[in-house]
Amino acid sequence: MKLAILHELNAERAARRPVILVTDTESGEQRLVKAEDFSKDPLRAELDKQLRMGKSASVEAGGKKLFLNVYAPTAKLVIVGAVHISQALAPLARSLGYDVTVVDPRTAFASPERFPDVPLVAEWPDTALPPLNVDAYTAFVAVTHDPKIDDPALLHAFERNCFYIGALGSRKTHAKRGDRLRAQGAKESDIARIHAPIGLAIGAVSPSEIAVSIMAEITAVLRLPPKEKEEAA
Amino acid sequence: MLDRDEDILKAAEDWQKAGRGVALATVVETWGSAPRPAGSSLVINDEGTFLGSVSGGCVEGAVVTEAMDVIQSGKPRMLEFGVADETAWNVGLSCGGTIRVFVEKVG
Repeated sequence: MKLAILHELNAERAARRPVILVTDTESGEQRLVKAEDFSKDPLRAELDKQLRMGKSASVEAGGKKLFLNVYAPTAKLVIVGAVHISQALAPLARSLGYDVTVVDPRTAFASPERFPDVPLVAEWPDTALPPLNVDAYTAFVAVTHDPKIDDPALLHAFERNCFYIGALGSRKTHAKRGDRLRAQGAKESDIARIHAPIGLAIGAVSPSEIAVSIMAEITAVLRLPPKEKEEAA
Repeated sequence: MLDRDEDILKAAEDWQKAGRGVALATVVETWGSAPRPAGSSLVINDEGTFLGSVSGGCVEGAVVTEAMDVIQSGKPRMLEFGVADETAWNVGLSCGGTIRVFVEKVG
């Protein structure tokens, strides 16, 4: 690998931008393709698929044996609300490979006793969220049920283009939330991005079951191709 | 996503910049029950120091030896390990899988 390519690869990874390194395993020739350039690439279908799966693979194209090495940033999960569901959600998300942070200004909720081994930020969203570098590889859930906490958090998630945004609450609660967010300048397309009621409809009852339905929905959004994603939703 | 090669590629860059000969070995194909997925990598320098893994520790020794040659020659090579290998009992995969490992020089 040329040093220039390695340097660029490390810089992209440090910036949490996805890239794929394409190696001709016979000649050793290599090129680095940034996600923003996929659409112009002759291998775009393969690149899209492998990035979505987060999986490296060998492919044959144009009589060449190519190895596509996928460098996708580690996905993050930001949970706003240190509630009972979050106590089940945090360890479940970690077992799926997510870097998890729990945010809740209410210190009675955000206590290490309730969340052993999970990074906790007991601050209001305006203070807590900017340092977390919420980005397009972040799933964002707001589960406090308190508009004072959930609403500013959701506005932040819109701004940072999170790949998944979910919020707890019934359809009725969500309709009211939509009105409040609109009043605060949120776009219709942003509000439409919120998965609410949160989670796949699997009849979840207990906090742990709701956590499973949330992670199932996040997984579907992360992994399914756009068309199938619509059908699952 | 549990697979974090962060330090490995950073080490490759740092070692190369410090003037060491460096090779990178990457799993490019797996069949059967291979211990590490495609994309897993091992970085080796000319002192024989290495970081990362391409298997559960079964074939790293052999990869390091080959990497020394690659650092010398500058020519990449493809290695294959598996139970079908005649060297299976020496450096094969005890789990019964097969892996192909691409070894290239850095820089």
